[in-house]
Amino acid sequence: MTSSRLPYIALPAGRSRLLVALLLLGLAGLAGRAAYLQGMHNGFLQQKGESRHSRVIEMSAHRGMITDRHGEPLAISTPVESVWSSPQDVNATPEQLKKLASLIGTDIEEVRKRLDGSQRGPGRDFVYLKRHLPPDVAAKVVELNIPGIFLKREYRRYYPAGELTAHMLGFTDVDDNGQEGIELAWQDDLAGQPGSRRVIKDRKGRIVEDVENIRPPRSGRNVALSIDSKIQYLAYRELKQAVEANKAKAGGIVVLDAQTGEVMALVNLPAYNPNNRVGMKGSRFRNRALTDVFEPGSTLKPFTIAAALEAGGIKPDTVFQTAPGTFSIGKATIRDAHKEDALTVAQVIQKSSNIGSAKIALSLPPQALWEMLSDAGFGAPTGTGFPGEVSGKLRPYRTWRPIEQATMSYGHGISVSLLQLARAYTLFSSAGELKPVSLLRLDTPMEGKRVLSRDTAHAVSEMLEMVAQPGGTAPQARIDGYRVAGKTGTAHKPEGNGYAKNRYLSTFVGYAPASSPRFVIAVMLDEPSAGKYFGGAVAAPVFNRVMAGALRIRNVPHDAPSTSVMSITAALPLKGDV
Amino acid sequence: MIKLLRLWHYLTRYVDGLLLSGILLLMLTGLVTLYSATDANLARVTNQATNMLVALGIMWLVANIPLQHIMRIALPIYATGLLLLLGVMLFGEINNGARRWLNIGITRIQPSELMKIAVPLMLAWYFDKHEATLRLRDYIVAALLLLLPVIMILRQPDLGTALLIAASGFYVLFLTGLSWRIIATLFVAGAGSLPLLWSMMHDYQRRRVMTLLDPTQDALGAGYHTIQSTIAIGSGGVLGKGWQHGTQTHLDFLPEKSTDFIFAVFSEEFGLIGNSLLLLLYLAVIARGMVIAANASTQFTRLIAGSITLTFFTYIFVNMGMVIGILPVVGVPLPLISYGGTSMVTMLLGFGILMSIQTHPKLVKT
Repeated sequence: MTSSRLPYIALPAGRSRLLVALLLLGLAGLAGRAAYLQGMHNGFLQQKGESRHSRVIEMSAHRGMITDRHGEPLAISTPVESVWSSPQDVNATPEQLKKLASLIGTDIEEVRKRLDGSQRGPGRDFVYLKRHLPPDVAAKVVELNIPGIFLKREYRRYYPAGELTAHMLGFTDVDDNGQEGIELAWQDDLAGQPGSRRVIKDRKGRIVEDVENIRPPRSGRNVALSIDSKIQYLAYRELKQAVEANKAKAGGIVVLDAQTGEVMALVNLPAYNPNNRVGMKGSRFRNRALTDVFEPGSTLKPFTIAAALEAGGIKPDTVFQTAPGTFSIGKATIRDAHKEDALTVAQVIQKSSNIGSAKIALSLPPQALWEMLSDAGFGAPTGTGFPGEVSGKLRPYRTWRPIEQATMSYGHGISVSLLQLARAYTLFSSAGELKPVSLLRLDTPMEGKRVLSRDTAHAVSEMLEMVAQPGGTAPQARIDGYRVAGKTGTAHKPEGNGYAKNRYLSTFVGYAPASSPRFVIAVMLDEPSAGKYFGGAVAAPVFNRVMAGALRIRNVPHDAPSTSVMSITAALPLKGDV
Repeated sequence: MIKLLRLWHYLTRYVDGLLLSGILLLMLTGLVTLYSATDANLARVTNQATNMLVALGIMWLVANIPLQHIMRIALPIYATGLLLLLGVMLFGEINNGARRWLNIGITRIQPSELMKIAVPLMLAWYFDKHEATLRLRDYIVAALLLLLPVIMILRQPDLGTALLIAASGFYVLFLTGLSWRIIATLFVAGAGSLPLLWSMMHDYQRRRVMTLLDPTQDALGAGYHTIQSTIAIGSGGVLGKGWQHGTQTHLDFLPEKSTDFIFAVFSEEFGLIGNSLLLLLYLAVIARGMVIAANASTQFTRLIAGSITLTFFTYIFVNMGMVIGILPVVGVPLPLISYGGTSMVTMLLGFGILMSIQTHPKLVKT
């Protein structure tokens, strides 16, 4: 069967030639296409290839540290890892996904949703799965070895002092941009500049080779605040204690260096934990000592007196009639809390007489009083550069009616911030010069601006010392061994068109040692409601404890005879004495 | 020494030197490219070299078998292959969504691979048998013999293999002198059945065809292979990037780079010059095959030699055409170069038959 009987039918010659021709045509087609791709189209394709593996990646810059004046860190950036993915490259088993979800603490459904690239259209190749994981957890994510899941180095802000410095520092958002406080105000200095480098990445996004450093990341500058951590802590502790004891709605304290105007401490209560701001309202973040104003009340009286002394019409011992405890201007009546028949100018301060203050104010032309208050820095920002700082309200004197001039003399109808108030007192603590304030540490103190004559400043300062002495409104401000000067304020809070009957704002502003002041401290308690509400009873004790502590921290020499130290020494039994 | 030489002569008596040289050069090219494609993975290269040695051994064995014997087993092989395909349909193992493998206890086999040789053998045998009395009826029978395994493989689904087997069968038909009228009819019928074929196709197959028309429409999905491979080839330029320096390859952008897309690796690294040399090398092997076919003395040997050679060409054309972006992506390896043992064995089995045809004394028909 198999051995053929006939010669086989040969393939027609034409057909075999056709076959060879087709075959050669096929190979020529391949060669032609290759020549097209490699000889003519290659530039385009080479560039395409390059664009696939050559990438410019951004490198986060380390954000500058915020420190206190001694270099103590208050805000630091720690490296963290953020997990991101390129959804189209992700290839994970359900088991791996489950582990990933539990590692990053996200619901597995949420992870699936984010990895579902189709959800928000094609072309998405960057999705964050979790921001800011601690490095050790991030390492475990890497161990899962899921294609398409990557880490990105970022920095997270941490505030070691927590609540203590919350209002001063503010905070940053997840992208490391300042949102509040110093973090916002000095964002440009702190942020630094992200760098970039060109790398070769493989398909899975792994960096295979560093090609060039286009720009190294430039770390942000460190910012040294004027704050002294120890004094800040002291201020926080004492204010918190007072706010709680007096059931106050809020409180604030500013401690200034009387010689340089630097802010040594600044606390607002209630505060918040900047490291965990979940569920906090925005209002909680405001640094009220700078961004909120209030009617300062009697703490403004010394400026009225100073204006009058400067005008020359009166002397500290000039006597004003204050009987019978009321004084009518037009339809309005001014009252004193403690009735006195007649008071010297000095006693007006010591006893805090509204009537005396009003009479003194009315003896002045409105312009003189306005200039005094304006020169003391009211009605204008303090120039700290703090975001949201307010200027307060000091109306132009041309619009003043006599009753307004009278009430303004004891701090109503004008609004100030706590920082403004503290700064204004540098007029008396530094012999008539208004000190500029600074939230940053100053290497060379700035020039003050002379507002009052030395004599006037000294005269007012002496009156302020009487406040803390027996017979004054704030004997509780007295510190053993030091001469303390200051002024209380107890203001009815504005309500509607008038004033609330029993809602108060209690303040105390003062400085010590009076012979050569080191600190100016302003304390404010908003609506103390545990019975006591006078500035001398509520705010002065805070002043007392913070000032005493600060003087001790700084080892400030006594300028007054100390009684208690001697008595304690006398009471101690000598060793070996039986 | 003389003895050794004589032994050498004895052993290589049925080996076609020209064909062998071409094959060895291509294999060497394959190993060199594979080394780069696997990122200098010596184990993979050694493994492939072993595959090559085994395949060469099988080629040598086949070359030593006279064609009459081979002819005698055409029918049994074909029948066995068909049975095994039936077995796959019933008991096959599913792998990557396709039912191609059959577990026969000791090992897993892919019967469609066997059919690549069995179908042309069967058809050549059939035509040889009916040589004297070729009628339309014979062509219909032959067409059925061809279509039965092709459809079974298409259903697995394995488009690449089915097409290659269909092509190898068609070559046999063509070489018997199938009249142009019938070829034209077949062509029209084929074109007419395209919609039917389309409806039988699996989604992934349809996507591949669509992607060929416009690879960019699904650049990250089905078009990804083609885009990456054309980029690789194009960025090779005229001179190439040099051995082991192809970026597309080594950065993992290129898929299947050691198997079906190894040509892109070769192209990127050796450029247009390398491509031209490779094509010439393939052309030389094909030319040798054609010469062997032309010199064949019987209908059977002429048909089988022609079919094997043309199928070899088809492999090259389909693979390179796919990598280069003029044909759809079908899983066809680049002969003698792509990584993989099975296709290597099949290929060299074919070359063994070619050698046997060339080197055994030609039957002088009376």
